[in-house]
Order: sequence, then structure tokens, then C-alpha cells
Amino acid sequence: MTTATEAREVVLRLNGITKRFGKQTANDSINLTLHRGEVVALLGENGAGKTTLMNILFGHYTADAGTVEVFGHTLPTGTTGAALKAGLGMVHQHFTLANNLTVLDNILLGTSPIWSLGRGRKSARARVKTLAEDFGLAVDPDAKIAVLSVGERQRVEILKALYRDARILILDEPTAVLTPQETDALFKTLRKAVERGLSIIFISHKLQEVMTISNRVIVLRHGKLVGQTPTAKTTPSALAELMVGAKISKPVPSESKQGATLFSLRGVSAHPPGHRTGLRNIDLDLHAGQILGLAGVSGNGQGALAELLSGEAKPESGEMRLGNEKDPPWSPRAALAAEIGRIPEDRNSVGSIANFTLTENVILETYKNPSLSRAGWMRWSAAETFARKVIAQYDVRCPGPETRIRLLSGGNIQKLILGRAFETSPRIILANQPVRGLDIGAVTYVHERLIAARDKGAAILLISEDLDEILSLSDVIRVMSEGRLSPEFPRGSKTAAELGRWMAGEGFGHAA
Amino acid sequence: MRLEPVANPSFARTLGFPAMALGLSVIVASFLALLAGANPFATLGLILKGAVGSQFAALETLNRATPLIFTGLAVAVAFRAKLWNIGAEAQLYMGALITVILGTSALGLPGPQPLILIAFTAMLGGALMLLGPVILKTRFGVDEVVTTLLLNFIMLLFVSLLLEGPLKDPMGMGWPKSPRLESEARLPRIVEGLRLHWGFALGLICAVAVWMIETRTTLGYEIRAVGQNLKAARFVGIPVNLVLFKTALLSGGLAALAGFSEVAGLKGSLTLDLSPGFGYTGIVVAMLALLHPLGVVVSAVFVAGVFVGADSMSRTAGVPTYIADILLATALLFMVLAILLTRFRIVRG
Repeated sequence: MTTATEAREVVLRLNGITKRFGKQTANDSINLTLHRGEVVALLGENGAGKTTLMNILFGHYTADAGTVEVFGHTLPTGTTGAALKAGLGMVHQHFTLANNLTVLDNILLGTSPIWSLGRGRKSARARVKTLAEDFGLAVDPDAKIAVLSVGERQRVEILKALYRDARILILDEPTAVLTPQETDALFKTLRKAVERGLSIIFISHKLQEVMTISNRVIVLRHGKLVGQTPTAKTTPSALAELMVGAKISKPVPSESKQGATLFSLRGVSAHPPGHRTGLRNIDLDLHAGQILGLAGVSGNGQGALAELLSGEAKPESGEMRLGNEKDPPWSPRAALAAEIGRIPEDRNSVGSIANFTLTENVILETYKNPSLSRAGWMRWSAAETFARKVIAQYDVRCPGPETRIRLLSGGNIQKLILGRAFETSPRIILANQPVRGLDIGAVTYVHERLIAARDKGAAILLISEDLDEILSLSDVIRVMSEGRLSPEFPRGSKTAAELGRWMAGEGFGHAA
Repeated sequence: MRLEPVANPSFARTLGFPAMALGLSVIVASFLALLAGANPFATLGLILKGAVGSQFAALETLNRATPLIFTGLAVAVAFRAKLWNIGAEAQLYMGALITVILGTSALGLPGPQPLILIAFTAMLGGALMLLGPVILKTRFGVDEVVTTLLLNFIMLLFVSLLLEGPLKDPMGMGWPKSPRLESEARLPRIVEGLRLHWGFALGLICAVAVWMIETRTTLGYEIRAVGQNLKAARFVGIPVNLVLFKTALLSGGLAALAGFSEVAGLKGSLTLDLSPGFGYTGIVVAMLALLHPLGVVVSAVFVAGVFVGADSMSRTAGVPTYIADILLATALLFMVLAILLTRFRIVRG
């Protein structure tokens, strides 16, 4: 890709965008330009102001100061449709598709009046097909969204934007849910788009991907633009430093000392209610002092396995062992009593209660302890002291323990959940997607804590869709696909591409 | 125009908008008074005078507020756990029924002991009325809105049956009315000579008690957790069904106290018109108070004042008492808007 972008036409210009929420400045006079045929990566920690900036761009928020220019025309402030009409398209991290409709219907939804959906379908289908071929977005226009894989759904989102003649694409964490192979395919599509003169803003935390795909990197920190450099002239570690404002060293775990088996499953099957994937005849051992990394595309049975360990579900068949105890009475409370620390996959709707304060959230698992309640009466002062301790020790950035947790960023909510789980000195830790959507500073922090817990002898089950995370942290790796578990792969014995093939279901033939 | 969330609503915001809601509902009511051909200022003045204009009026308002405090608390505590108890009316009648059955028989206990026994039994009866729907809800997923609502009609017909049969006062000259309570089963007046009974004081005590339970006890913490986020409550091991049972016992018990207090404190016997919908009005009271137990007292007195004042006004001004219903209905509608406005601000553009 060319680096001589300066001479090209400017398609998007943000002039001095400032946005304040109360005392907090989310965006501090940010200037940004995007040229024709350019990929700009937007980097920043959680709460750095990336989302606010994009919300202003699309008119969801009104900026306190500053203007947005698209193709030389200033957008009216706070009008949600204006940005879309001007040729901006957004691909959200969480897809905005209707599962019960076909690909074509989803693409057409909102483009034409609802009563004319039936008309012009033929030409619409032809156009979608052409777009799909031109951009390498292979997807069946008549398939229902529900049957598509995550990667395919993302292609539909991109097609949706292209169909509306978007000339500027904004992708929010597009690779968070993709396999390495799917990521490569996405990058091919993006390159084709750029060749055709589209411009792209690529929001991501994954520095390696930013280095691969972008022409220019813009770094935000605490609402300010702190760095702007051509990608060719920087390094991942330099970018990481800019983002965090300090030197970052990636945690590298030392050799592990495998200890006793603390938790094991033998021939366990489970069929969770609904259409979720269950477990098919699984054997699993968690050893003290070892991180077992479970790779796999989301929705292949990881949820069912996590529910077993967290006490939410019991095995339907097969044997579960907790230490020496066979098939113990099992519930969330029993799991907590067995010193299992739990970091749930969904920190917002399962891990915390949005309208509760930090104090109320941090004692959710332990409020029955004599130190926090006696004879049915809460000891709120003790609870607040505990909350302050967790806030200080786990670096939770917040106005105070009386703040409602919904006002915190994802990283800070996760740190509080981490503190809640780790303060009980658990012997077994379930870390289900512990860093999804977190910024690099928070990721490093969570990883350091996990390694420290391992070194103190905890058995850790790390479930993640991020292969880099699995590869760098795990002592032993296993891959899950359609409810089946791969054999154990020791650290360093498999590459990302090899694991990717297991994730796609290859290699299980003999096991199924 | 868009809504933007307010991070930390100020004190002025949380009180100002609800106050404005009440103001707006008064303006709507004035307009209706005008339509009825009366002077709106005079009408409102008469309502105010009828509600608090004299010692008699003020005590009448507090008397009317008493059952509403109990049913309001019952609804507020259940709604906190997102347990939709629409059956306070039935639980009230259960409380009244038990009060009459025990209160008309000579218990032979000294001092306040009969009253305490009756109150507790009434609470237990009301609690059991709500336990059934909650068991159906937790076991089979039956919607408690439907079951508690239907129980209201079943209970009313059951009371009617008893009043025409075994509970009918032989000295009642054929009216469907129970015998009068023994004097030992009557709630005395707080101050001799003033028409205000101990039921009101009991209501205040219950409001403080519910407030303490909600804010200071593990049960209150669990109730709030279950109501705010069921998934999270399950995940952290809160025994959700048990919490719902306890909430049901508390809520049903409080509603039953309304029946106890009305029979033992005010009426002295049971008739089919004991409650002009106190159970349903309790929902309005709880919503106006934003489910806050101490707020329930304030909103119960307000609602009672509107009813009592409107009664008195209609006798002198000739404006129909329906104006009270409209006043409350609009107040509730505006209050819903006010709740929104305390949490969100309107942004132009």
C-alpha cells in the first residue's frame, strides 16, 4: 500500500472535536484527517475517547466544540442520519443484524421504504452479488443470518455499508471474534476496498493487526490525541507505550510446575437448554500451578464447560471430580466454597449489577461471610473498606466505592470482578474471555494477575477466542469445536495456523 | 431532541421533577373543574381545605392513608424484587377475615396480647395468599400478574360467601355484615378523643422496618440484586427462589395488615365494601413513591388527601368526585415522565 497519502484528497476531517461529560473531558480538541484510499488505525485504551469520537461522527452525541467535514461538507451537528447519507458506514463490534431474516433482507432493511421491500429485489440481489464478488465477501444472499458463522455475519455488515454507497468504512474491533483465517480474509477485503478508493478507520487493540493493515496510526489517551505516525515508521512496542503513556512489557510466564489435579471431568456430556452447543464426551484435567488455555471460535461449547466449572450447571452424564471428591453436590455457592474464582464471560449482564454501587458489586459472592454480615445484618462499613481495598489493589479507576458500576469502563469493571474473585485466594480459576474488549493496559494487568495466581499454585482454565492470548499465556492448550475437546498440546508445540485448523473442526475425525 | 443520561442526578433534580409532575396534574384537574362549570381555584381550595383544613379533616386524611401505607409498602417491597404482586386486595381481605374470625371469639388473653396474636395471624394468612402464586411462578413459570390478579376476585367472592353464611351477624337485620369485634380486639386511638387509631402508627413503624430491611439486611440486599439483575444473582449463588418466597411473605403480610388495621382500628366489623380498591391504589402509591418505603408514607398521605378533599369539595361545590381519580391518574402519568427526566436530560439538536 502506498504511503504517499498526503497528496490525496481529504475525505474526512475532524476539527477540534471537544466533548465533556460533567467534569470529565472525553474528547479534547481532536483533529483528524482521513485521505482517499487510506487505512487509519485508531488506537487507545478503554475510556481514551474512541467510542465517543465515533458517536460524535455519527451524530449520536453532540460535540461541545468542533466540526465534522465529510468530502468537504460540514455535517450538521447531532443529526444521526447525516453521516450515513454523506457516505460513512460503520461496522459495529456487536452486529446489528436480524437473525430471522435473510442476508438480502438485512442489507435492504432501512435502505428503502418498508412497503417496497418486495420490489426491485432482483436488481438488489444482482447488486449485492456484484459487490460480494468485487470485494471478496462470499456469502449466500438467501441464507438466514441465524445459520451464518460470525465471520460471515461480519461480511454481511460490511456488505450492508457498501450497498449504501459508503465511501468511508469505520470498523470497531473487527477481528475480536474472528479466527486467524477469517482475519486474513477480512484484510484481503479491506485491501480491495482501499484499491477502489474507499477510506477506512480501523479501531483495534491488536497491535500486530494495526501494523499489518494500516497506513497511519492515531493514538488517543485520556481524550487527547497523543500521537500520529505513518505505520511504517513505528513499532508495536512504541505504539503500546504511546497508548498507555508508560513503558509496557508483555508478561511472559516462566516454566510452570504442574501440581496435583484439582478438577477433572471424565466422559462428561451436557446439553444446555436452547440451541447452544453442549459438551460431547469430554475429558479434562486442571492441574495446580498450570494455565490450561481453551481455544475455539465462540459458541462451540465453551459456555457449557464454563457453566460446569462455575457451578451453574451439572454434568448430565460422566464423572466430575473436585480434588478427591467424586460428583460433589454442585451449585454456584458450592463452587465458591470449593475456592473456585470465577470471571464470567459477560461482565456487564452476569458479572455485575449495573445499578449497584462498587461496594455492592464487590461483595456479591462473599456477602454471607461473617466479616460482611452477621445474623442477617449487613456490615456496610466493612464492605466499603473491602471495596476500597480492592479498588486500590486492583487499580480500579472510579470516583469512589459509592459509584454505580454502570458508569465505569469495561476494563475497570473487569478489574473489580478480578479483585472480587482473587481476594478469596482461589485454588481454581475460571477465566472466561477475561480480556475481551479491554485495552492493552488492562489486558497486561489481567494477564499478570493470572500468571501470578498460577505461580502461587492455582489451576486456571483460560477460555479465549484470541489465539495470541492463548499462545502467550497457556502452559497447555486445548481446542474446542462443536462440543469436542482436542488433545492437550504443550506450550510451543503448535502454531496459530495449526490451532486454527483444529478450531475449524479438522483433526477431530477419530474422536467423534 | 434526544435524551442523554445524567451520570449522577442532583438532589434538586430527583425532587424537582416529581414536584413538577404533581403541579402539572393539578393544572389538568383545574381545567376539568372549569369544564364542570366551577371556579378552579375555589375547587382546589376546597379540596385542600377538605383534606387538611381542619383537625377533623387532617385526621380523616391520615385514617384514609393508613391502609394505603400498608398496601403501598406491600407493593413496593415486592416490585423491588420484580415480583409483580397485583393481589394486595386479596391479601387485605384475608387479613380482615382472620381479624374478624379471631376478634369475634373470646380469646381470654390479657392486655394487648389478643391484638398481637391477631395481627401476626393476619400477616401469616396474607403471606400464604401470595406464596401460592410464587410457588407457581418459580416451579412452572406461571405469570404472577395473572394469578395474583385473579385471586382478588376469588377472595372477594369467598368473603361474600362467608358474609352471607357462617360469618353473618345474627343481629345485623339481614345485612351481609359480620358481628362486631370484642373490645379487646379493637385497636385503641392514639390520643383519646381524637379519631386516629394505632393502625397509623403501626404503618409508620412498618415503613421504617421495610426501609431498614431493604438497606441494612442481607435479605434486602438479595431482594435488590434479584430485582436488578436475575442472571447475575443466579451466577453469584443467591438462592433466587428462596428470596422470592421471603419477599412474598413480607409483601403478603404487609397487605394483610391493611385489612387488620381497617377492621380492628376503624370499622369494627367486616363488610364487602371494606376496601374501595386499597390494594390497587397501593400500586399507585408505591409507584408515586418510586418504591421507596419512606416515600410510600408521603405518597399514601397525598393520595388519601386527594380522595378525602375531593369528597368534601364535591359536597359543597358540586364538582364530581371523579376529579380525584383524574388528579391521581394524571399525577401518575406525569410521574413516569418525571422519573425519566431525573435520569435523562433532553438535548436539543
